[in-house]
Amino acid sequence: METLWFTLVATMIALYVVLDGFDLGAGVIHLFVARNEAERRTVLASIGPVWDGNEVWLIAGGGTLYFAFPALYSSSFSGFYLPLMMVLWLLILRGIAIEFRNHLQSLVWQPLWDTVFAAASGLLAIFFGAALGNVVRGVPLDRSGEFFLPLWTNFAAGKESGILDWYTLLVAVAALFALTAHGALWVALKTEGEVHYRARAAALRVWWGVAASVVIITLASFHIQPHLKESFAERPWGYVFPLLALVGLIGMRLLDGRRQGLEAFLCSCLFLLAMLVSVAFGLYPYVLPSNGDPAFSLTIANSAAAPYGLRVGLYWFIPGILLAATYFVYTYRSFKGKVIL
Amino acid sequence: MDALTVHRLHFAFTVTFHYLFPQLTMGLALLILVLKTMALRTGNEHYNHAARFWTKIFAVNFAMGVVTGIPMEFQFGTNWARFSKAAGGVIGQTLAMEGVFSFFLESSFLGVFLFGEKRLGPKAHWFAAFLVFLGSWLSGFFIIATDAWMQHPTGYSLGPNGEILLRSFWGLLLNPWIFWQYLHNMIGSVVTASFVMASIGAFYLLTHRQEEFGRTFVRLGVIAGTIAACLMIFPTGDGQGKNLAYMQPTTLAAMEGLFETADGAPLAILGQPDMEQRKLDNPLEVPRALSFLTYQRWGARVQGLNAFPRDRWPDNIPLLYYSYHIMVGLGTIFVGAMALAAFTLWRGTLYTQRPLLWMLMLMLPFPYIATTAGWVTAEMGRQPWLIYGIMRTPAGVSPHVSSGNAIFTLLGFMGLYTILAMLGLLLVYREIEEGPAHNAAQ
Repeated sequence: METLWFTLVATMIALYVVLDGFDLGAGVIHLFVARNEAERRTVLASIGPVWDGNEVWLIAGGGTLYFAFPALYSSSFSGFYLPLMMVLWLLILRGIAIEFRNHLQSLVWQPLWDTVFAAASGLLAIFFGAALGNVVRGVPLDRSGEFFLPLWTNFAAGKESGILDWYTLLVAVAALFALTAHGALWVALKTEGEVHYRARAAALRVWWGVAASVVIITLASFHIQPHLKESFAERPWGYVFPLLALVGLIGMRLLDGRRQGLEAFLCSCLFLLAMLVSVAFGLYPYVLPSNGDPAFSLTIANSAAAPYGLRVGLYWFIPGILLAATYFVYTYRSFKGKVIL
Repeated sequence: MDALTVHRLHFAFTVTFHYLFPQLTMGLALLILVLKTMALRTGNEHYNHAARFWTKIFAVNFAMGVVTGIPMEFQFGTNWARFSKAAGGVIGQTLAMEGVFSFFLESSFLGVFLFGEKRLGPKAHWFAAFLVFLGSWLSGFFIIATDAWMQHPTGYSLGPNGEILLRSFWGLLLNPWIFWQYLHNMIGSVVTASFVMASIGAFYLLTHRQEEFGRTFVRLGVIAGTIAACLMIFPTGDGQGKNLAYMQPTTLAAMEGLFETADGAPLAILGQPDMEQRKLDNPLEVPRALSFLTYQRWGARVQGLNAFPRDRWPDNIPLLYYSYHIMVGLGTIFVGAMALAAFTLWRGTLYTQRPLLWMLMLMLPFPYIATTAGWVTAEMGRQPWLIYGIMRTPAGVSPHVSSGNAIFTLLGFMGLYTILAMLGLLLVYREIEEGPAHNAAQ
C-alpha cells in the first residue's frame, strides 16, 4: 500500500514537472524569443489557458503527499524552510505577472511584468532543481526524522553542507537547461513565424547544455548517493528508465531537426518523466535519505500514514484523479493547434 | 519575540490576507450565476453585460486568492511540522480532496468561463459559470471540514506514540461542527459579495454614470444582501453558538465575557474584560438573554470562565471577546441597514434616496471586517488548543525553524502582500472606472 501511494505521489509530482515545466521554460525564453508586444502576447497565449491548471498538480501533489506521507511532508517542508518560502514568493510573483499584465496598457506596465515573469520562471526552475539535488544527496536527519538546512555553508556536498553545494547547484543548472529546452519546444509547437523559428533555434542550442549537464549529474549522483548503485544492481530491470530518458533526449534533437514539433515535445516529456522515475526508482524505498546515520533516513514505511487512511484514500483518489484527467484532456483539446491572437 | 509567537503571527497574517479574496469570489460566483440565469431566462443582453463586468472583478480577486492560497497549504509543513506529522494522516485527507476535487475543476473551467463565451453559446457558458461556482463552494467545504476537525476532532483514534490515526472517513466528513460553520461561512461570503455589488451600484447612481447598471447592481445586491444578512444571524449564527455551548463551553464563556457561572446569565452588549480582576468593566447587559439564546430557557445555567481551569482558557480573551462583539455588532447593523434598503427598494424609491445610496456605498469595507473578526473569533476561541482537546498550540510548531528565520519570511510576506494589495486595488478601481457598458462579448 505504501509503495502504491509512493508511485501515485511520485507520478503526480513528475506530471507537475512535465506540465508546469513547459510553461516555466516558456517563461525563461520569453524575453529572448518574443521581442515585440504581439510576439509576447503570443507566447503568453500559448500557456494562458493551461498554466494555472498545470500548477494545480503541485498543490494536489502536495496535498496527496501530506495525507499519504505526513512525516515526510512535515520534515522536508520545515527543513527546507527558507527556499520553500522563496518558491512561494516566486510562484506569487509569476502568477500575478501573467494575470495582471494585460489589465493595463502602458509602456512601463507590460515590460515590467514580462521581466518579472521571465525572472521568476527561471529562478523556479533553479529552485526545483536544487530541491531534487537535495533529496538525492540526503539531508542531516536527526533521531526524530527532522532537520533544518541553511541556504549554503561551504558548498562541499558533505554533512555540513547547506541547501546549495556544488552537487545541488549542478542539478539546478541541469533543471534550468532541461526546462528551458522543454519550454522552447512547446513554444515552437504552438507558434508560427519569427517566434517559432527563434524558439526552435533556442531549443537546439540549449539541447547541448541539457546533454552535457545530464551526463555530469548522472555521474555525480552515483558518486554522491551510493544507494542508487545498489538499487540498480539489485533490480537491473530498472535500467529501462535511464534508457528511456536517453531515447527521449536523442529524440528531442533528431525530431526537432526534422520539424516534427509535437514528436520532439513529447520526447522532451519522455526525457523528463524517465529522468524523474529513474531518481525515484534509485532512491526507493527511501523518500528522504539521511546523509549522516543511515538509520535516520525517511523511508516509505516510516513516513506513511496509517493503513486505514491509505486504503480509504484510494476510494476517492482514483475517481477524483480520473475526473481531473478528463478536465485536462478537454482543456488541451479545446486549445490544440497554433495560437491565434 | 519567541518562535511560537512569530509562527502564529505568520499564519494569522497570511491567512487573514488570503481570505480577503475568497470571501468575495465565492459569493460573487453565486451572484454571477444569478446574473447569467437572468440573462438566459429573459434573453436580455443587459444581464450578460453586467455578468461580464463582475467576471472581470472576479478574475482579479480569484488570481489574488489562488496565489495567496498556495502558501496556506505549504505552511502546515513549513511552520507547523509537529502538528502536520501528528495530524497529516487525518486532515491531509480533506486538503488533498480539495486539490483533487475542487482546484482541478475550478482551474479548468475558469479559463473556459473567462475566454469561451463566444465559442460556447449561452447555455454552455452558463454551465461553465455553474462549475466555477461549484468548484469554489466545494473548496470551501473541504477547508471548513479541515478547520472543523481542529475545532472538534472526530473520527480518529490515538496511536501508541501519540500519533493521530484516522478511524472513520465519514466521521471526518460528517463532523457535526461542519454543518453550521459551513453555512455560516458561505453565506458570509454572499454577504460580502452582495454588499460590494450594492456599493458599486450605489456609486454609479450617486455619480450619475452607468445608471442602468447601477440600478441592477443595487437591486441584486440589496435583495441578496438582505436574505444573507438575516441568515447569518438565524439560523446559522445561532446554530454555531449552540455548537459552542456543547463542544467548547470555555470559548463561549470567554467570547461573552462571562466570568461567573450564573442561572439566567446576562448578554453583554458592551464592556471591557478585566482579566486581572476577572470581571467585565462598564457592562451594558441584557438580563437573562445569554441563557435564553443558548438553552432557550431564561433561567438556564451558563458556565462562566471561573468554572474551568485557568490553563484551559483561551490565551487572549480580550481579543477574542472584542472580535466576537465586532462580528455580532456589525452583523446586527447589516440586518438593519439592508432591511431599510430593501423596504425602500420595495416602495420603489431607493434609486433616488441619496442618503441611503451613500450608506450602501460606504458599507463596502464592513463585511470584510465582520468576516475577519468572525474568523479571529473561531481561531482565537480554539486556543490554547491547536487540535481541540488533543494538541496544544506550542506542541505543533516546527521545532527547528528559529524565530529569526520565521521573522525573515513574515516580513517578506508583509512586503509582498502590501504590493499585491495596492496592485489589486488599482486594477479593480480601473474596472469600476471603465464600467460595465464597455464589456462586449469576448
